[in-house]
Amino acid sequence: METFGLTIAAILLAGAPLVLATLGETLTEKAGIINLSLDGSILLSAMAAFAVSVMFDNPWIGVMAGMAVGASIAGVLGLIGIYLGQSQLAIGFILTLLSRDLAYFLGHSYSRQPGPDLGLWKIPGIGEVPLVGPIFASQSPVVYMGIAAIFGCWWWMYRTEGGMRLRAVGESPRAAFGRGIRVRLVRLYYCLAGGALVGLAGAAYSLAVKPGWGRPQGCEGAGWIALAIVIFGGWHPVRTALGAFFFAALQVSGIHLQEVFPSIPAPVFQVAPFPMMILTLLAVNMGRVGWVQDMVRRNPILKKLSGTWSIEAPAALGQDFDPKKGL
Amino acid sequence: MKRDSFLEQLMWLGAAILLALLLTVIVTLPTGASPFETIFVLFKGGLGSVSKIGRVLAGWVPLTLCAVGLLIPFTARLWNIGVEGQVIMGAIFATAALRPFGDGGGAFEIALALGAAMVGGALWALLAGMLRVFGRVHEIFSGLGLNFVALGVTLWLIFGPWKRPGVASMSGTEPIDISLWLPRLGKMSVSWVSLALTVVALLVIYILMYRTEWGLKLRAVGENSKAATLFSLGPRRRLLQAFMICGALAGLAGAIQVLGVYHRLLPAISSNYGYTALLVGMMASFRLPLVPFICLFFAILNVGSIQLPLQLGLDSSLSGVIQGVMVLSVFIVSGLRLWLKQRKEAD
Repeated sequence: METFGLTIAAILLAGAPLVLATLGETLTEKAGIINLSLDGSILLSAMAAFAVSVMFDNPWIGVMAGMAVGASIAGVLGLIGIYLGQSQLAIGFILTLLSRDLAYFLGHSYSRQPGPDLGLWKIPGIGEVPLVGPIFASQSPVVYMGIAAIFGCWWWMYRTEGGMRLRAVGESPRAAFGRGIRVRLVRLYYCLAGGALVGLAGAAYSLAVKPGWGRPQGCEGAGWIALAIVIFGGWHPVRTALGAFFFAALQVSGIHLQEVFPSIPAPVFQVAPFPMMILTLLAVNMGRVGWVQDMVRRNPILKKLSGTWSIEAPAALGQDFDPKKGL
Repeated sequence: MKRDSFLEQLMWLGAAILLALLLTVIVTLPTGASPFETIFVLFKGGLGSVSKIGRVLAGWVPLTLCAVGLLIPFTARLWNIGVEGQVIMGAIFATAALRPFGDGGGAFEIALALGAAMVGGALWALLAGMLRVFGRVHEIFSGLGLNFVALGVTLWLIFGPWKRPGVASMSGTEPIDISLWLPRLGKMSVSWVSLALTVVALLVIYILMYRTEWGLKLRAVGENSKAATLFSLGPRRRLLQAFMICGALAGLAGAIQVLGVYHRLLPAISSNYGYTALLVGMMASFRLPLVPFICLFFAILNVGSIQLPLQLGLDSSLSGVIQGVMVLSVFIVSGLRLWLKQRKEAD
């Protein structure tokens, strides 16, 4: 029971930055913007968060710096993609390479240095409680941030007027514009908000999950996995969060697998999440392929299940909206 | 729509370069190094001597092969982000083809390795293409995932079945026999074979894209895939072919890295050329005649940046920063152009 609880605790910690990054991307994509820069953004904000923490000897200022960096990168994407009408995919991809190199370039002097981290929050009195004790008695603050973000995003998207506007600009920007919503501005806001969450994910890596900065930091590739998890989770905050924890569970079990198969060299396990990413995307997308849909239609049990499986991207995802062109 | 005059185009290009320069200076400020000294060291490091120019050309070859290859799937509006993995697969296939000839060989064995590499790259690209066409997995994710898988395969080979006798380390496999190395151009570290292959590839792709029916039909698929289906242009088959040609060129680049540059299989065999080639393609707006020149400039930056840690104590990733900033500037300037044009039309 003790080890089970500790494994859960490890999964929650490994999954927290992924959860934050996927929720950020979900917010942005719900508004109809694809931010492909996640991988570089996470790395650059991880570097910035660590460097600023060292400078001020305070990890919480570092957290804010990480969020600011993530929001700035997303802001660049937003300005060029939304207002200058350039390809969001292209800009996002350029930004991911640029931020990665910038992180290594600017972080050079902070490499392999000691620095503060966010530490653990100890909750007194629950250590003896079975299951909950080992999970939460001494847990990183980023885990609580991740869990809070899941409920925050869900509540904002589906229970507030702001969330309704958010979904409107992503699903049907023309109709939203017709109702007096300033589509481009709303999209820019969610670009920034999503970017800030991605930056928080970066800070979570360098200040909690894999404390410190260096090349490699250990969070390379996480952004791409996060982008895939958003599709896996069908653009729903709770499901994407579950997807993120599922991937974290795979990562944690990968460490155990290494003990089971000692003949396989350790670096191979680092790339293990990527074939998993392709296979999950394949499984999710197969539901939309013609012959699979035919089979589902003929089979009553599958038909029932398909309702819960159906996944639709925001209808206007990645499309430009120019108010001057009218309704 | 009237096309801009040559002078006007040149002016916009100048604006993009100025913006890139300004942004580069801004990002180098936090390091405290003088921007002008940094740029001087970069270019002197890339062009300062004959041997450095040889290294620039050695970097130009794989970058150009990848960037030219990328043009083909992009014409069909496909993002082959998997080039990096296709380079790695090419390197793996080339090494595998040479393993039986450990004691050496000649032109036949080298040709065999180059051919095997092209097959390897094409198959890896085909996998990404099939995931896209039959599994509806977006090619950005399948390509990227396969890059990491290819890296995993390399690591497994280097630390497992192909490890050097005694020690297995990140420094790669046992070097190939010297008789299997690509012949060098004079004393420069670039082979005339790889240069010739790159020039041939440029010509072949130019003819394929702009002088054949295949190229015309591929463009039609890119412009409107639904119409292409109605006119029975076979978009699926064509998309897969586009992926495979690109993959074959990337594979060739991988083989050249093994036979001409490192003479062994390394984890870093692809040297990020796949990703840089995507930047080149975007900067050239996928216009073939511009590609070799942008590749040359990027190759100079890459070689020059090696001097940065030695002379100024800066990280060599500055070359990547400059490349990214330049491509970004091109997009910003063309966006501003569009915006100005629209405003003019509105008035």
